[in-house]
Amino acid sequence: MPPSIEARQLTKRYGQFTALSGLDLSIQGTKCVGFLGPNGAGKTTTMKILTGLIRATKGTALINGVDVASDKKAALSSCATLIETPEIYPSLTPKEALSMLCEIRGVPRQDRNKRIDDALARVKMSEWADKKVGGFSKGMKQRVNVASTLLSDPEVIILDEPSSGLDPRGMSEVRDIVLSLRDRLVFMSSHLLAEVTEVCQEVALIDHGKLLVYDTIENVTAKFAGGGGAAEVGFAGNVDEQLRARVSKLPGVTSTTKSNDRHLIVKYDTAVLTQDKLLESVAGLKAGAITFSQASGLEDAYLSLIKETL
Amino acid sequence: MSREGSKAAVGSLAHVGIAAKYNFLNYFRARRFYVMLAIILIIAGLLTALVGYYRPPGFVDGGALGFYGAGWGSFASIVVVLSAAFFGGDAISGEFQNRTGYFLVPNPIRRSAIYVGKWLAALAASTIILAVFALAMLANGLFYFPGNVPWEFVESFAFAWVYLVAAMSLAFAFSSLFKSSSISVLMSVILLLFVFSVIDTVSSLVAGIEPWFSLTYGAGIVSNILNVPYPAAKTVTPFGPGGRFTVVSYNATVPEGLLILLVYLVVMAVLGLILFERKEFTS
Repeated sequence: MPPSIEARQLTKRYGQFTALSGLDLSIQGTKCVGFLGPNGAGKTTTMKILTGLIRATKGTALINGVDVASDKKAALSSCATLIETPEIYPSLTPKEALSMLCEIRGVPRQDRNKRIDDALARVKMSEWADKKVGGFSKGMKQRVNVASTLLSDPEVIILDEPSSGLDPRGMSEVRDIVLSLRDRLVFMSSHLLAEVTEVCQEVALIDHGKLLVYDTIENVTAKFAGGGGAAEVGFAGNVDEQLRARVSKLPGVTSTTKSNDRHLIVKYDTAVLTQDKLLESVAGLKAGAITFSQASGLEDAYLSLIKETL
Repeated sequence: MSREGSKAAVGSLAHVGIAAKYNFLNYFRARRFYVMLAIILIIAGLLTALVGYYRPPGFVDGGALGFYGAGWGSFASIVVVLSAAFFGGDAISGEFQNRTGYFLVPNPIRRSAIYVGKWLAALAASTIILAVFALAMLANGLFYFPGNVPWEFVESFAFAWVYLVAAMSLAFAFSSLFKSSSISVLMSVILLLFVFSVIDTVSSLVAGIEPWFSLTYGAGIVSNILNVPYPAAKTVTPFGPGGRFTVVSYNATVPEGLLILLVYLVVMAVLGLILFERKEFTS
């Protein structure tokens, strides 16, 4: 039976606030699926329900066909997880902490040391293997957390923003690790669309606790990226409404969206404008534009889908 | 794809052992263990120095039993309360506040196995502290009364350990109730050191009711066993002009005391476990 993750009418309410609203999602087979959505969309809530950290108000979460709520132990027996940024008992060393997980997950005694050494080597933490975790930086702890998902040869791996807290080198290493796990089912949430594009074959996009789309990246991009082009422009200063309006009024620009304080995603009509002309126009504003890059198709689709739900 | 050959099924009992082993390792290496040990050694050292210098009659004139009653009998309950609060007070709340639960809980292990494992680890660490204090008192006793260790001291140690087990269950229940480590530790200390004592006093002196519902009333057997004869179950003491007023005091018998401790152990352990099973990692 292929590995699987399934959410059936998954609902989670915190008082009046609905974090998940009847989420239906069925993922089967060995692949990497990116789980995308804005902050508060319900990504972490879904993953917490899948891993038994919280209970659903309604609905069912299944891993490999086993209901997590009724038998967490069986459901997670072939599943490794990394939810948010866990802390490890500060007086333990990475070797001891990983040994604890090996024992819990039933890794045979004779294999434990090798598995732990290999996992720590993959996250470049071998030389820290016998130091107490209490003195580690957030990034070092996250490396050990990533190592913890590699120990027991799991069929399903659930990763909630695995690059969180890591430096650029660490992020790149995590990407390589996730790429090497394509013979399993990896379900990974991330805000880094470039990372998702690089390592995932499929994406599930949710917003306001509801699934907007689940398909291959190619299909999502083809369906929702829309016609025209998109570019991300970085400015030296903060992007205010006045600046956004000036860019929006440029000939051929169809819409602008702030991606963060200093960046604008600019969508344009390719029949009117080419990328180099857009660059010239933006530079001509003399508004402090310092970077210009083509936005990915996934980013375009993401912005299109999220915008539609606002 | 099948990866079945790479691992074996682990039973819940084995999971309890694993959780206990690594939690004990964490306790044993943590600063708090050595702080607690230092507190106990300071108490024992002060007792040793003061008794050696002043030779108070209550310690040295009442024979070996009187000595253990004045030393061990007076302080064992405090050691129990501090140990339970130190090691059990934030055992569960710490998993939420310090986020260590995110590392341990999303694994193929039942929450009940984590709970029991942590409980055993905290009990083991506390037992070491209690044993160190008992050994310090024993060394003092043997110095003043060589070769004379009353059987009642052994019984008292056993009762103190049962009190520790019950107090640990109470501390774990509080730890499961609160998400803040400091609040759960503080509540455990306040409840065990002050609230129960106030309840005992108000119940017996003001209301004239035997406080059979109080944990510390049951724990009275730890010191009472060192009194010969064992204190009466109910004592009425007249006072005031012509003995017009009376003060009623109660003492739990050994079976009553053990029963009270046992009931607290079971009820609080079950309550704490239910709370932990229902608690969500929402932060």
